[in-house]
Amino acid sequence: MPDVHSSGGSVTVRVNDERVEVPRGAMLITALLKAGAACRVSVSGEERTALCGMGICFECRARVDGVPQQRTCQIVCRDGMTVDTQR
Amino acid sequence: MSHAYDIVVVGAGPAGLAAATAAAAAGRKVAVLDDNPHLGGQIWRAGAGKSARDGARERAVTAFGASGAELFAGYQVVDAVASPGALQAWVTAQQRLERFRFESLVLATGARERFLPFPGWTLPGVFGAGGLQALVRGGYDLRGKRVVVAGTGPLLPAVAAHLKQDGAEIVMIAEQAKMRQLVRFTASILWRPGKMREGLQLRADLHGIPYRTGCWVAAVEGDECVTGVRLTDGSRAWVERCDMLATGFHLVPNTELASLLGCRVTDTGVEVNAEQQTSVTSIYCAGEPTGVAGVGAATVQGEIAGLAAAGQAAAAAQLYKRRDAEASFGRALTRAFALRPEVLTLGEPDTIVCRCEDVRLGELQRRAMRYRNWTDAKLQTRCGMGPCQGRVCGPALEAMFGWRNVSVRPPLFPIPVVALCSPPSQEIEVSIPETQENSR
Repeated sequence: MPDVHSSGGSVTVRVNDERVEVPRGAMLITALLKAGAACRVSVSGEERTALCGMGICFECRARVDGVPQQRTCQIVCRDGMTVDTQR
Repeated sequence: MSHAYDIVVVGAGPAGLAAATAAAAAGRKVAVLDDNPHLGGQIWRAGAGKSARDGARERAVTAFGASGAELFAGYQVVDAVASPGALQAWVTAQQRLERFRFESLVLATGARERFLPFPGWTLPGVFGAGGLQALVRGGYDLRGKRVVVAGTGPLLPAVAAHLKQDGAEIVMIAEQAKMRQLVRFTASILWRPGKMREGLQLRADLHGIPYRTGCWVAAVEGDECVTGVRLTDGSRAWVERCDMLATGFHLVPNTELASLLGCRVTDTGVEVNAEQQTSVTSIYCAGEPTGVAGVGAATVQGEIAGLAAAGQAAAAAQLYKRRDAEASFGRALTRAFALRPEVLTLGEPDTIVCRCEDVRLGELQRRAMRYRNWTDAKLQTRCGMGPCQGRVCGPALEAMFGWRNVSVRPPLFPIPVVALCSPPSQEIEVSIPETQENSR
C-alpha cells in the first residue's frame, strides 16, 4: 500500500482536464504520475517529471490552480485542485 | 507577519527535531521551520507504515511534541542575516513572506542526493533513489513496476527494501563501489551492534534481490520513457529491462544557507567546533550539513547544538563521546562509497547536465579549457542559473570538473518578484505570481 500520511479515503483532482483519484494525504505529483502526465516541458522541449521528490530539483514544477512554477512534490492534494503541465 | 524567538531551527529532520527539543526543554522559546509539509525531514518523511516501525522517529516526534517548540511546516527560508538575527521564509500555502527574528540559529538543513549525468537521465522514469522513496511515501503506487536501483551509497539497499515492500519488483541493485571497499566498510562497523543489526535486517529484507558491486549505469534506454538500462562493469555491458531507474550517488550536504550567512564551509561541509557552533558565533549547525554521517550522527549533533544554543554547555559536553563515534562512521561511509573515475565521464556531448536550463555536456566540455571555474561556466552557458540554483548540476560539476559553486545569494529559492517588492513585515496577497526566473 502507498505509504501516505493519511486517514484513509481518497480525493479527486484534475490533471490536464482529466479526473484523477489519489489517496487522501497524497502529494500532487502522485496525481501527475498516475495520469502519466509530464510536470513541465523543458526549455529545449523535453517532457520532465519529478527527480528528487523532496523540493530541491524543481523538475516537478507545474501549474497548480492556475499558478505556475509550483513544486508538486511539496503540495498535498485537496479535493477539486487542478494541476496542468507547465509548457 | 513577524515572529520573534530565542532560537530558530531550520530543518525538522532528526537533527532539527533533536536541537529544538533540547533547546525548548532548557526553557527557550523555539521555532522550527521546514520547507516540507510534514515534519521528519527526508529519512523520517511522513508515512503511516514507516512510522509504525521506526521507534527512533516515534520517540523524536513525541519528545518534540511535548517540548513546547513550535513547528512551521511549509516554510522555505529564502534569506537570512546573522546579526541582528533575522530570516525570511516563503510560505508556499499563503504565497507570502514571513520574517523571524532570533538570538541563535541552528542550521539542520540536511542533505540531498548527488546526481551524475549519463545518457537518458532526464527521461521520465529516472528518479532519485531517495526521491522515488519520497514519491512512494507521497502516495505513488509502484505495485507491479520493475525498478533498477543504481549508483552508490548505503541508501540504495535501504530504498530497494522499501520499494520492494511497497510492491515494486526490484530487478537489481547496481553499486559502483568495489567489493573490497565495501568489505573494509563492513569490517569497520563490526564493533557497532546497532549498525550491524540494521545491516542484517536489511539483508533479510533484500532476500532474492541481486546486489552487484563494481557495476554502474552506462545509459538509460527508451525514447519517451524508460524501457531499460544499460549496465557495465567496465569490461562488459548488458541491458536490464525495467520501467524505472532509481539512482543516486550518495549524498551532498545542503550548505547554501550556511554560506549565505557567512559560515565557513570546507570540502566536507559546514565547519563547526565541539559545541556545533559555526564560524559565526550565533549560528550552530547539526547533522548532514557538517558532513554526511547518517541519522545517528544527526540526532546527537542536533541535541548538542540545541543545548549549546540554549546555554547548557555542560549538558552538551556529556554527548561529545557519542558524537565523535558517529563521526567516524561518516568518514567510513565516505571512503567506502568514493566515486570511481568511470562514473564521472558517462555523459555524451548531447547529455544534458543542467536540467533547468538544458545545458549540454558538449557545451561545457568544448570550453572547459576556457572555463576555469563555476562562475565562468555559468556566465557563458546559463549552467546552474535556473530555479534549482545549481543544486543538481553543481555537485555533479564539482565531482566531474572540480568546479565549486561559490556564489550563493538571496533569494535561496525562486519566489515571485512581487514578494520581493513588498516590505516583509506587511502581509501581502499575491494574485499573479511569477518567479524571479522566466516562466518556463
